[in-house]
Amino acid sequence: MTGLALALHQFRYDQKIFWRNPASVFFTVMFPVMFLVLLGVIVNGETIHSLGGIEATTYFVPGVITLAVVSATTVNLAMSLTILREGGILKRLRGTPLPSWVFIAGRIGNAIVTALLMFVLVTALGRILFGVAVPWSRLGALLVTLAVGSASFCALGVALTTIIPSRESAPAITNMIVFPLYFVSGVFIPESEIPSGVLHVADVFPVRHLFDALLTGFDPATAGAGFQLGNLAVVAAWGLAGLALAVRRFRWEPRI
Amino acid sequence: MAESVISVNGLRKSYGKLEAVRGIDLEVAGGEIFAFLGPNGAGKTTTVEILEGYRKPSAGKVSVLDSNPADAGRAWRQRIGVVLQDCNLQPELTVRESLELYAGYYEAPRSVDETIELVGLMDQCDQRARRLSGGQQRRLDVGLALVGDPELLFLDEPTTGFDPSARRQAWEVIANLRELGKTVFLTTHYMDEAQALADRVAIIAAGEIVAEGAPGELGGRDAAALISFRLPSGVGAGELPREVAAALGGAGTPHPNGRVQLRTDEPVAILNALTSWALARDLELAGLEVRRPSLEDVYLELTAE
Repeated sequence: MTGLALALHQFRYDQKIFWRNPASVFFTVMFPVMFLVLLGVIVNGETIHSLGGIEATTYFVPGVITLAVVSATTVNLAMSLTILREGGILKRLRGTPLPSWVFIAGRIGNAIVTALLMFVLVTALGRILFGVAVPWSRLGALLVTLAVGSASFCALGVALTTIIPSRESAPAITNMIVFPLYFVSGVFIPESEIPSGVLHVADVFPVRHLFDALLTGFDPATAGAGFQLGNLAVVAAWGLAGLALAVRRFRWEPRI
Repeated sequence: MAESVISVNGLRKSYGKLEAVRGIDLEVAGGEIFAFLGPNGAGKTTTVEILEGYRKPSAGKVSVLDSNPADAGRAWRQRIGVVLQDCNLQPELTVRESLELYAGYYEAPRSVDETIELVGLMDQCDQRARRLSGGQQRRLDVGLALVGDPELLFLDEPTTGFDPSARRQAWEVIANLRELGKTVFLTTHYMDEAQALADRVAIIAAGEIVAEGAPGELGGRDAAALISFRLPSGVGAGELPREVAAALGGAGTPHPNGRVQLRTDEPVAILNALTSWALARDLELAGLEVRRPSLEDVYLELTAE
Protein backbone atom coordinates (compact mmCIF):
# COMPACT_ATOMS: atom_id res chain seq x y z
CA MET A 1 0.00 0.00 0.00
CA THR A 2 1.14 3.53 -0.63
CA GLY A 3 1.50 5.95 2.25
CA LEU A 4 -1.80 7.65 1.44
CA ALA A 5 -3.73 4.38 1.20
CA LEU A 6 -2.20 3.30 4.50
CA ALA A 7 -3.17 6.61 6.10
CA LEU A 8 -6.77 6.11 4.90
CA HIS A 9 -6.72 2.55 6.23
CA GLN A 10 -5.54 3.83 9.61
CA PHE A 11 -8.07 6.67 9.52
CA ARG A 12 -11.01 4.27 9.04
CA TYR A 13 -10.13 2.38 12.20
CA ASP A 14 -9.31 5.57 14.11
CA GLN A 15 -12.85 6.75 13.40
CA LYS A 16 -14.27 3.56 14.93
CA ILE A 17 -11.99 3.92 17.91
CA PHE A 18 -13.01 7.54 18.39
CA TRP A 19 -16.77 7.02 18.20
CA ARG A 20 -16.65 3.98 20.47
CA ASN A 21 -14.78 5.79 23.22
CA PRO A 22 -17.32 7.38 25.59
CA ALA A 23 -14.81 9.90 26.96
CA SER A 24 -13.81 11.22 23.55
CA VAL A 25 -17.41 11.45 22.36
CA PHE A 26 -18.47 13.22 25.55
CA PHE A 27 -15.72 15.81 25.54
CA THR A 28 -15.71 16.45 21.82
CA VAL A 29 -19.39 16.19 20.90
CA MET A 30 -21.71 16.30 23.91
CA PHE A 31 -19.80 18.96 25.80
CA PRO A 32 -19.94 21.67 23.09
CA VAL A 33 -23.56 20.83 22.30
CA MET A 34 -24.41 21.16 25.99
CA PHE A 35 -22.65 24.55 26.14
CA LEU A 36 -24.48 25.74 23.02
CA VAL A 37 -27.86 24.81 24.46
CA LEU A 38 -27.14 26.26 27.92
CA LEU A 39 -25.64 29.51 26.69
CA GLY A 40 -28.32 29.85 24.02
CA VAL A 41 -31.18 29.34 26.46
CA ILE A 42 -29.69 31.84 28.92
CA VAL A 43 -29.00 34.65 26.45
CA ASN A 44 -31.70 34.02 23.83
CA GLY A 45 -33.24 37.32 22.65
CA GLU A 46 -30.46 39.50 24.08
CA THR A 47 -28.10 41.61 22.07
CA ILE A 48 -24.59 42.76 22.89
CA HIS A 49 -24.64 46.52 22.41
CA SER A 50 -20.94 47.07 22.85
CA LEU A 51 -20.25 44.73 19.93
CA GLY A 52 -22.38 46.54 17.36
CA GLY A 53 -25.65 45.06 18.61
CA ILE A 54 -24.84 41.47 17.59
CA GLU A 55 -27.36 38.97 18.91
CA ALA A 56 -25.93 37.07 21.85
CA THR A 57 -26.80 33.69 20.31
CA THR A 58 -24.96 34.68 17.12
CA TYR A 59 -21.94 35.53 19.27
CA PHE A 60 -21.93 32.18 21.06
CA VAL A 61 -22.21 29.95 17.97
CA PRO A 62 -18.61 30.71 16.85
CA GLY A 63 -17.64 30.56 20.54
CA VAL A 64 -18.91 27.00 20.85
CA ILE A 65 -17.33 26.11 17.49
CA THR A 66 -14.01 27.31 18.89
CA LEU A 67 -14.53 25.06 21.92
CA ALA A 68 -15.46 22.14 19.65
CA VAL A 69 -12.48 22.60 17.31
CA VAL A 70 -10.00 22.81 20.18
CA SER A 71 -11.63 19.77 21.85
CA ALA A 72 -11.58 17.70 18.66
CA THR A 73 -7.94 18.54 17.94
CA THR A 74 -5.73 19.65 20.84
CA VAL A 75 -7.62 18.02 23.71
CA ASN A 76 -8.43 14.84 21.81
CA LEU A 77 -4.89 14.30 20.49
CA ALA A 78 -3.14 15.26 23.73
CA MET A 79 -5.22 12.75 25.66
CA SER A 80 -5.46 9.91 23.16
CA LEU A 81 -1.80 9.98 22.09
CA THR A 82 -0.68 10.05 25.74
CA ILE A 83 -2.89 7.05 26.49
CA LEU A 84 -1.52 5.21 23.44
CA ARG A 85 2.04 6.06 24.41
CA GLU A 86 1.69 5.03 28.05
CA GLY A 87 -0.20 1.88 27.07
CA GLY A 88 2.70 0.82 24.84
CA ILE A 89 0.55 0.86 21.70
CA LEU A 90 2.76 3.43 19.98
CA LYS A 91 5.82 1.36 20.80
CA ARG A 92 4.18 -1.73 19.39
CA LEU A 93 3.25 0.12 16.19
CA ARG A 94 6.92 1.03 15.80
CA GLY A 95 7.53 -2.71 15.56
CA THR A 96 5.34 -2.96 12.46
CA PRO A 97 6.10 -1.70 8.94
CA LEU A 98 3.60 1.15 9.40
CA PRO A 99 5.56 4.40 8.94
CA SER A 100 5.23 6.60 12.02
CA TRP A 101 4.14 9.64 10.02
CA VAL A 102 1.26 7.64 8.54
CA PHE A 103 -0.04 6.80 11.97
CA ILE A 104 0.13 10.42 13.12
CA ALA A 105 -1.43 11.55 9.83
CA GLY A 106 -4.34 9.15 10.35
CA ARG A 107 -4.94 10.51 13.83
CA ILE A 108 -4.70 14.13 12.66
CA GLY A 109 -7.05 13.40 9.76
CA ASN A 110 -9.48 11.92 12.24
CA ALA A 111 -9.26 15.04 14.41
CA ILE A 112 -9.76 17.41 11.48
CA VAL A 113 -12.77 15.48 10.16
CA THR A 114 -14.29 15.51 13.63
CA ALA A 115 -13.68 19.27 13.90
CA LEU A 116 -15.43 19.87 10.56
CA LEU A 117 -18.31 17.68 11.61
CA MET A 118 -18.68 19.69 14.80
CA PHE A 119 -18.66 22.93 12.80
CA VAL A 120 -21.57 21.62 10.74
CA LEU A 121 -23.42 20.29 13.81
CA VAL A 122 -23.06 23.45 15.92
CA THR A 123 -23.94 25.72 12.98
CA ALA A 124 -27.03 23.61 12.21
CA LEU A 125 -28.14 23.50 15.85
CA GLY A 126 -27.62 27.27 16.15
CA ARG A 127 -29.87 27.76 13.15
CA ILE A 128 -32.55 25.29 14.26
CA LEU A 129 -32.68 26.12 17.98
CA PHE A 130 -31.90 29.84 18.02
CA GLY A 131 -32.34 31.05 14.45
CA VAL A 132 -28.70 32.04 14.04
CA ALA A 133 -28.18 32.72 10.33
CA VAL A 134 -25.84 30.42 8.42
CA PRO A 135 -23.22 32.76 6.93
CA TRP A 136 -23.25 31.28 3.41
CA SER A 137 -21.52 34.29 1.87
CA ARG A 138 -18.52 33.95 4.18
CA LEU A 139 -18.36 30.16 4.14
CA GLY A 140 -15.09 30.20 2.16
CA ALA A 141 -13.36 32.27 4.81
CA LEU A 142 -14.81 30.10 7.58
CA LEU A 143 -13.59 26.90 5.95
CA VAL A 144 -10.09 28.36 5.51
CA THR A 145 -10.15 29.35 9.16
CA LEU A 146 -11.24 25.86 10.14
CA ALA A 147 -8.51 24.27 8.02
CA VAL A 148 -5.73 26.48 9.39
CA GLY A 149 -7.17 26.32 12.89
CA SER A 150 -7.68 22.58 13.13
CA ALA A 151 -4.29 21.80 11.59
CA SER A 152 -2.54 24.21 13.96
CA PHE A 153 -4.42 23.00 17.03
CA CYS A 154 -3.61 19.41 16.05
CA ALA A 155 0.08 20.27 16.05
CA LEU A 156 -0.36 21.87 19.48
CA GLY A 157 -2.09 18.72 20.75
CA VAL A 158 0.79 16.52 19.61
CA ALA A 159 3.23 19.02 21.14
CA LEU A 160 1.30 18.96 24.42
CA THR A 161 1.91 15.22 24.83
CA THR A 162 5.61 15.99 25.23
CA ILE A 163 4.96 17.70 28.57
CA ILE A 164 2.36 15.22 29.85
CA PRO A 165 4.12 12.61 31.97
CA SER A 166 1.34 10.05 32.50
CA ARG A 167 -2.09 9.04 31.36
CA GLU A 168 -3.58 10.09 34.70
CA SER A 169 -2.32 13.65 34.33
CA ALA A 170 -3.42 14.08 30.70
CA PRO A 171 -6.96 15.42 31.32
CA ALA A 172 -5.84 17.74 34.13
CA ILE A 173 -2.91 19.28 32.26
CA THR A 174 -4.87 19.66 29.02
CA ASN A 175 -7.92 21.25 30.64
CA MET A 176 -5.80 23.49 32.87
CA ILE A 177 -4.39 24.98 29.69
CA VAL A 178 -7.45 25.22 27.46
CA PHE A 179 -10.16 26.24 29.93
CA PRO A 180 -8.60 29.49 31.15
CA LEU A 181 -7.92 30.32 27.51
CA TYR A 182 -11.59 29.84 26.59
CA PHE A 183 -12.61 32.25 29.34
CA VAL A 184 -10.09 35.01 28.68
CA SER A 185 -10.62 34.72 24.92
CA GLY A 186 -14.33 35.53 25.10
CA VAL A 187 -15.57 32.08 24.17
CA PHE A 188 -17.97 31.86 27.14
CA ILE A 189 -18.18 35.54 28.14
CA PRO A 190 -18.75 38.37 25.64
CA GLU A 191 -15.40 40.01 25.07
CA SER A 192 -16.89 43.42 25.93
CA GLU A 193 -17.18 42.15 29.52
CA ILE A 194 -13.51 41.20 29.72
CA PRO A 195 -10.99 43.81 30.98
CA SER A 196 -8.69 45.01 28.21
CA GLY A 197 -5.59 43.94 30.13
CA VAL A 198 -6.88 40.36 30.17
CA LEU A 199 -7.69 40.55 26.47
CA HIS A 200 -4.14 41.66 25.77
CA VAL A 201 -2.88 38.53 27.48
CA ALA A 202 -5.39 36.43 25.53
CA ASP A 203 -4.14 38.06 22.31
CA VAL A 204 -0.82 36.26 22.75
CA PHE A 205 -2.49 32.84 22.53
CA PRO A 206 -4.11 31.17 19.52
CA VAL A 207 -7.56 30.42 20.99
CA ARG A 208 -8.58 34.07 20.89
CA HIS A 209 -7.45 34.44 17.28
CA LEU A 210 -9.32 31.34 16.15
CA PHE A 211 -12.43 32.63 17.89
CA ASP A 212 -12.01 36.11 16.42
CA ALA A 213 -11.73 34.77 12.88
CA LEU A 214 -14.80 32.57 13.36
CA LEU A 215 -16.77 35.41 14.96
CA THR A 216 -15.99 37.64 11.98
CA GLY A 217 -17.41 34.94 9.74
CA PHE A 218 -20.65 34.70 11.72
CA ASP A 219 -21.11 38.43 12.42
CA PRO A 220 -23.79 39.78 10.03
CA ALA A 221 -22.12 43.21 10.27
CA THR A 222 -18.96 41.93 8.59
CA ALA A 223 -18.41 43.48 5.20
CA GLY A 224 -16.80 41.42 2.42
CA ALA A 225 -15.64 37.80 2.44
CA GLY A 226 -14.53 37.85 6.07
CA PHE A 227 -10.94 36.64 5.74
CA GLN A 228 -8.95 37.49 8.88
CA LEU A 229 -5.39 37.01 7.75
CA GLY A 230 -3.90 38.59 10.87
CA ASN A 231 -5.71 36.13 13.14
CA LEU A 232 -4.85 33.21 10.91
CA ALA A 233 -1.18 34.20 10.89
CA VAL A 234 -1.02 34.05 14.70
CA VAL A 235 -2.83 30.70 14.78
CA ALA A 236 -0.53 29.29 12.10
CA ALA A 237 2.57 30.59 13.90
CA TRP A 238 1.50 28.73 17.04
CA GLY A 239 0.81 25.67 14.92
CA LEU A 240 4.30 25.77 13.42
CA ALA A 241 5.88 26.23 16.85
CA GLY A 242 3.86 23.24 18.07
CA LEU A 243 4.95 21.23 15.06
CA ALA A 244 8.62 22.03 15.70
CA LEU A 245 8.30 20.94 19.33
CA ALA A 246 6.36 17.81 18.39
CA VAL A 247 8.89 16.74 15.77
CA ARG A 248 11.77 17.18 18.19
CA ARG A 249 10.34 15.88 21.40
CA PHE A 250 7.56 13.44 20.59
CA ARG A 251 8.08 10.14 22.41
CA TRP A 252 6.91 6.74 21.24
CA GLU A 253 7.68 4.79 24.38
CA PRO A 254 6.10 4.95 27.82
CA ARG A 255 7.93 6.98 30.44
CA ILE A 256 9.29 4.43 32.85
CA MET B 1 22.40 -26.55 11.44
CA ALA B 2 20.14 -24.30 9.40
CA GLU B 3 21.20 -20.79 8.53
CA SER B 4 21.41 -18.31 11.40
CA VAL B 5 18.42 -16.02 11.72
CA ILE B 6 19.82 -14.21 14.73
CA SER B 7 23.52 -13.77 15.28
CA VAL B 8 24.94 -11.77 18.17
CA ASN B 9 28.59 -11.19 18.97
CA GLY B 10 29.98 -9.47 22.04
CA LEU B 11 26.79 -7.50 22.64
CA ARG B 12 26.98 -4.90 25.39
CA LYS B 13 24.50 -2.34 26.59
CA SER B 14 25.03 0.24 29.30
CA TYR B 15 22.57 2.68 30.80
CA GLY B 16 24.83 5.30 32.32
CA LYS B 17 27.05 3.43 34.75
CA LEU B 18 24.88 0.34 34.83
CA GLU B 19 25.96 -2.35 32.41
CA ALA B 20 22.78 -4.31 31.71
CA VAL B 21 24.25 -6.63 29.07
CA ARG B 22 27.91 -7.55 29.35
CA GLY B 23 29.19 -9.11 26.18
CA ILE B 24 26.88 -11.90 25.06
CA ASP B 25 27.00 -14.17 22.02
CA LEU B 26 23.93 -15.88 20.56
CA GLU B 27 23.05 -17.86 17.46
CA VAL B 28 19.47 -18.78 16.61
CA ALA B 29 18.85 -21.00 13.61
CA GLY B 30 15.90 -20.77 11.23
CA GLY B 31 12.84 -22.73 12.37
CA GLU B 32 14.07 -22.97 15.93
CA ILE B 33 12.16 -22.09 19.09
CA PHE B 34 14.77 -20.44 21.25
CA ALA B 35 14.05 -19.63 24.89
CA PHE B 36 15.94 -16.90 26.65
CA LEU B 37 15.74 -17.43 30.38
CA GLY B 38 16.78 -15.29 33.26
CA PRO B 39 15.60 -13.60 36.42
CA ASN B 40 14.00 -10.14 36.28
CA GLY B 41 16.62 -7.50 35.66
CA ALA B 42 19.13 -9.94 34.17
CA GLY B 43 19.16 -8.20 30.78
CA LYS B 44 16.54 -10.26 28.94
CA THR B 45 14.28 -7.47 27.80
CA THR B 46 17.21 -5.18 26.99
CA THR B 47 18.63 -7.88 24.72
CA VAL B 48 15.31 -8.57 23.01
CA GLU B 49 14.66 -4.89 22.47
CA ILE B 50 18.05 -4.56 20.80
CA LEU B 51 17.19 -7.50 18.53
CA GLU B 52 13.84 -5.85 17.75
CA GLY B 53 15.52 -2.57 16.86
CA TYR B 54 14.11 -0.52 19.75
CA ARG B 55 17.50 0.09 21.37
CA LYS B 56 20.99 0.58 20.08
CA PRO B 57 23.75 -1.60 21.48
CA SER B 58 26.68 0.10 23.24
CA ALA B 59 29.07 -2.39 21.62
CA GLY B 60 29.08 -5.63 19.67
CA LYS B 61 27.64 -6.96 16.44
CA VAL B 62 23.99 -7.85 15.97
CA SER B 63 22.47 -9.37 12.87
CA VAL B 64 18.79 -10.29 12.60
CA LEU B 65 17.56 -11.64 9.26
CA ASP B 66 20.83 -10.36 7.76
CA SER B 67 20.26 -6.79 8.87
CA ASN B 68 21.37 -4.64 11.74
CA PRO B 69 18.10 -4.05 13.61
CA ALA B 70 19.15 -0.56 14.73
CA ASP B 71 18.94 0.75 11.17
CA ALA B 72 16.77 -1.84 9.43
CA GLY B 73 13.85 -0.37 7.54
CA ARG B 74 10.28 -1.21 6.71
CA ALA B 75 11.14 -4.16 4.47
CA TRP B 76 12.83 -5.80 7.46
CA ARG B 77 9.82 -5.07 9.68
CA GLN B 78 7.63 -6.91 7.14
CA ARG B 79 9.50 -10.06 8.14
CA ILE B 80 9.34 -9.88 11.92
CA GLY B 81 6.56 -9.98 14.49
CA VAL B 82 6.88 -8.41 17.92
CA VAL B 83 4.98 -9.14 21.10
CA LEU B 84 6.13 -6.83 23.86
CA GLN B 85 6.15 -7.59 27.55
CA ASP B 86 2.91 -5.71 28.23
CA CYS B 87 -0.24 -6.29 26.29
CA ASN B 88 -0.80 -3.41 23.86
CA LEU B 89 -4.28 -3.60 22.41
CA GLN B 90 -6.72 -0.99 21.23
CA PRO B 91 -9.59 -1.63 23.67
CA GLU B 92 -12.31 -0.23 21.39
CA LEU B 93 -11.67 -2.57 18.45
CA THR B 94 -12.95 -6.14 18.17
CA VAL B 95 -10.62 -9.09 17.71
CA ARG B 96 -11.35 -9.17 13.98
CA GLU B 97 -11.01 -5.41 13.51
CA SER B 98 -7.71 -5.32 15.41
CA LEU B 99 -6.33 -8.04 13.16
CA GLU B 100 -7.67 -6.34 10.02
CA LEU B 101 -6.03 -3.08 11.06
CA TYR B 102 -2.64 -4.74 11.54
CA ALA B 103 -3.01 -6.90 8.43
CA GLY B 104 -3.25 -3.68 6.44
CA TYR B 105 0.28 -2.73 7.51
CA TYR B 106 1.83 -5.73 5.71
CA GLU B 107 2.36 -6.50 2.05
CA ALA B 108 1.52 -10.18 2.25
CA PRO B 109 -0.50 -10.75 5.40
CA ARG B 110 -1.90 -14.06 6.58
CA SER B 111 -5.68 -14.24 6.29
CA VAL B 112 -7.48 -12.78 9.29
CA ASP B 113 -9.72 -15.85 9.70
CA GLU B 114 -6.74 -18.14 9.68
CA THR B 115 -5.01 -16.00 12.29
CA ILE B 116 -8.10 -16.01 14.52
CA GLU B 117 -8.10 -19.79 14.33
CA LEU B 118 -4.37 -20.02 14.98
CA VAL B 119 -4.71 -18.13 18.26
CA GLY B 120 -7.99 -19.87 19.14
CA LEU B 121 -10.25 -16.83 19.34
CA MET B 122 -13.01 -18.07 17.01
CA ASP B 123 -15.71 -17.59 19.66
CA GLN B 124 -14.48 -14.12 20.59
CA CYS B 125 -13.85 -12.71 17.11
CA ASP B 126 -16.54 -10.02 17.38
CA GLN B 127 -15.78 -9.08 20.97
CA ARG B 128 -14.00 -5.83 21.73
CA ALA B 129 -10.52 -6.23 23.12
CA ARG B 130 -11.47 -4.62 26.43
CA ARG B 131 -13.97 -7.43 27.08
CA LEU B 132 -11.46 -10.26 26.61
CA SER B 133 -9.89 -12.09 29.54
CA GLY B 134 -6.18 -11.58 30.23
CA GLY B 135 -5.23 -14.80 28.46
CA GLN B 136 -7.43 -14.00 25.46
CA GLN B 137 -5.93 -10.50 25.22
CA ARG B 138 -2.46 -11.97 25.16
CA ARG B 139 -3.47 -14.42 22.43
CA LEU B 140 -4.86 -11.52 20.40
CA ASP B 141 -1.55 -9.75 21.01
CA VAL B 142 0.25 -12.79 19.57
CA GLY B 143 -2.26 -12.79 16.69
CA LEU B 144 -1.36 -9.18 15.86
CA ALA B 145 2.27 -10.24 15.59
CA LEU B 146 1.35 -13.23 13.40
CA VAL B 147 -1.07 -11.57 10.99
CA GLY B 148 1.81 -10.13 8.99
CA ASP B 149 3.02 -13.71 8.44
CA PRO B 150 6.52 -13.00 9.79
CA GLU B 151 9.50 -15.35 9.50
CA LEU B 152 10.71 -14.45 12.95
CA LEU B 153 8.62 -13.83 16.03
CA PHE B 154 9.74 -12.21 19.28
CA LEU B 155 7.70 -13.08 22.35
CA ASP B 156 8.68 -11.26 25.52
CA GLU B 157 7.33 -13.17 28.54
CA PRO B 158 4.16 -14.18 26.72
CA THR B 159 2.47 -15.97 29.64
CA THR B 160 3.42 -13.89 32.68
CA GLY B 161 0.41 -13.59 34.98
CA PHE B 162 -1.57 -16.39 33.30
CA ASP B 163 -3.55 -19.03 35.11
CA PRO B 164 -2.46 -22.60 34.29
CA SER B 165 -5.13 -23.27 31.67
CA ALA B 166 -4.49 -19.97 29.87
CA ARG B 167 -0.80 -20.85 29.88
CA ARG B 168 -1.48 -24.26 28.29
CA GLN B 169 -3.52 -22.57 25.56
CA ALA B 170 -0.78 -20.04 24.87
CA TRP B 171 1.74 -22.86 24.65
CA GLU B 172 -0.40 -24.58 22.07
CA VAL B 173 -0.37 -21.41 19.99
CA ILE B 174 3.41 -21.19 20.21
CA ALA B 175 3.86 -24.87 19.49
CA ASN B 176 1.69 -24.38 16.36
CA LEU B 177 4.25 -21.90 15.11
CA ARG B 178 6.81 -24.66 14.93
CA GLU B 179 4.58 -26.47 12.44
CA LEU B 180 4.53 -23.31 10.35
CA GLY B 181 8.33 -23.25 10.26
CA LYS B 182 8.63 -19.94 12.08
CA THR B 183 11.63 -18.99 14.14
CA VAL B 184 10.60 -17.96 17.65
CA PHE B 185 12.68 -16.01 20.14
CA LEU B 186 10.97 -16.38 23.48
CA THR B 187 11.91 -14.83 26.78
CA THR B 188 10.51 -16.29 29.96
CA HIS B 189 11.24 -16.88 33.59
CA TYR B 190 9.19 -20.05 33.71
CA MET B 191 11.25 -23.22 33.45
CA ASP B 192 8.31 -25.41 32.52
CA GLU B 193 7.60 -23.07 29.63
CA ALA B 194 11.11 -23.42 28.26
CA GLN B 195 11.02 -27.16 28.86
CA ALA B 196 7.72 -27.54 27.03
CA LEU B 197 8.43 -25.33 24.05
CA ALA B 198 12.07 -24.69 23.36
CA ASP B 199 14.52 -26.49 21.11
CA ARG B 200 17.32 -24.58 22.70
CA VAL B 201 17.70 -22.48 25.83
CA ALA B 202 20.13 -19.83 26.97
CA ILE B 203 20.25 -18.58 30.53
CA ILE B 204 21.27 -15.02 31.22
CA ALA B 205 22.26 -13.84 34.68
CA ALA B 206 23.56 -10.39 35.55
CA GLY B 207 24.03 -9.52 31.89
CA GLU B 208 26.00 -12.62 30.92
CA ILE B 209 25.06 -15.95 29.38
CA VAL B 210 25.80 -18.63 31.93
CA ALA B 211 24.54 -21.69 30.05
CA GLU B 212 23.25 -22.62 26.65
CA GLY B 213 21.95 -25.82 25.10
CA ALA B 214 18.98 -28.11 24.64
CA PRO B 215 16.69 -27.99 27.68
CA GLY B 216 17.42 -31.67 28.43
CA GLU B 217 21.19 -31.18 28.48
CA LEU B 218 21.54 -27.72 29.93
CA GLY B 219 24.29 -27.26 32.51
CA GLY B 220 25.24 -30.96 32.13
CA ARG B 221 21.94 -32.01 33.62
CA ASP B 222 21.79 -35.15 31.49
CA ALA B 223 24.93 -36.48 33.23
CA ALA B 224 24.46 -35.03 36.70
CA ALA B 225 22.63 -36.44 39.67
CA LEU B 226 21.37 -34.81 42.83
CA ILE B 227 21.77 -36.90 45.99
CA SER B 228 20.03 -35.80 49.13
CA PHE B 229 19.51 -37.28 52.59
CA ARG B 230 19.19 -36.27 56.23
CA LEU B 231 21.99 -36.78 58.70
CA PRO B 232 20.89 -38.53 61.90
CA SER B 233 20.91 -36.23 64.91
CA GLY B 234 24.25 -36.08 66.62
CA VAL B 235 26.17 -36.78 63.39
CA GLY B 236 27.93 -33.73 61.89
CA ALA B 237 28.75 -33.15 58.24
CA GLY B 238 32.43 -33.32 59.21
CA GLU B 239 32.08 -37.05 59.88
CA LEU B 240 31.03 -37.85 56.28
CA PRO B 241 33.50 -39.87 54.17
CA ARG B 242 36.07 -37.98 52.15
CA GLU B 243 34.49 -38.54 48.69
CA VAL B 244 31.12 -37.29 49.89
CA ALA B 245 32.61 -34.27 51.64
CA ALA B 246 34.53 -33.42 48.47
CA ALA B 247 31.35 -33.63 46.38
CA LEU B 248 29.61 -31.41 48.90
CA GLY B 249 32.30 -28.80 48.53
CA GLY B 250 32.63 -25.89 50.92
CA ALA B 251 29.02 -24.85 50.38
CA GLY B 252 27.57 -28.14 51.52
CA THR B 253 26.80 -27.35 55.12
CA PRO B 254 23.61 -29.17 56.07
CA HIS B 255 20.30 -27.46 56.70
CA PRO B 256 19.30 -26.95 60.36
CA ASN B 257 17.11 -30.03 59.93
CA GLY B 258 20.17 -32.04 58.93
CA ARG B 259 19.28 -32.22 55.23
CA VAL B 260 22.24 -32.48 52.86
CA GLN B 261 22.11 -32.12 49.09
CA LEU B 262 24.99 -32.62 46.72
CA ARG B 263 25.42 -32.67 43.01
CA THR B 264 27.70 -35.13 41.29
CA ASP B 265 28.59 -36.53 37.90
CA GLU B 266 29.56 -39.86 39.57
CA PRO B 267 26.47 -40.91 41.48
CA VAL B 268 27.47 -44.59 41.72
CA ALA B 269 30.81 -43.92 43.41
CA ILE B 270 29.40 -41.33 45.77
CA LEU B 271 26.44 -43.51 46.76
CA ASN B 272 28.74 -46.43 47.36
CA ALA B 273 30.97 -44.39 49.65
CA LEU B 274 27.97 -42.91 51.44
CA THR B 275 26.07 -46.13 52.03
CA SER B 276 29.18 -48.12 53.06
CA TRP B 277 29.96 -45.42 55.58
CA ALA B 278 26.41 -45.50 56.91
CA LEU B 279 26.33 -49.32 57.09
CA ALA B 280 29.66 -49.44 58.91
CA ARG B 281 28.30 -47.07 61.52
CA ASP B 282 24.86 -48.65 61.54
CA LEU B 283 23.17 -45.37 60.58
CA GLU B 284 19.95 -44.91 58.65
CA LEU B 285 19.93 -42.01 56.14
CA ALA B 286 16.37 -40.73 56.21
CA GLY B 287 14.94 -39.33 52.98
CA LEU B 288 17.78 -40.68 50.83
CA GLU B 289 17.01 -39.68 47.27
CA VAL B 290 18.83 -39.73 43.94
CA ARG B 291 17.41 -37.76 41.06
CA ARG B 292 18.30 -35.96 37.89
CA PRO B 293 18.41 -32.19 38.36
CA SER B 294 15.38 -30.45 36.87
CA LEU B 295 15.81 -27.50 34.55
CA GLU B 296 14.75 -25.42 37.53
CA ASP B 297 17.57 -26.83 39.70
CA VAL B 298 20.08 -25.95 36.99
CA TYR B 299 18.56 -22.52 36.58
CA LEU B 300 18.57 -21.72 40.29
CA GLU B 301 22.14 -22.92 40.61
CA LEU B 302 23.32 -20.83 37.65
CA THR B 303 21.46 -17.68 38.53
CA ALA B 304 22.21 -17.73 42.26
CA GLU B 305 23.61 -14.37 43.38
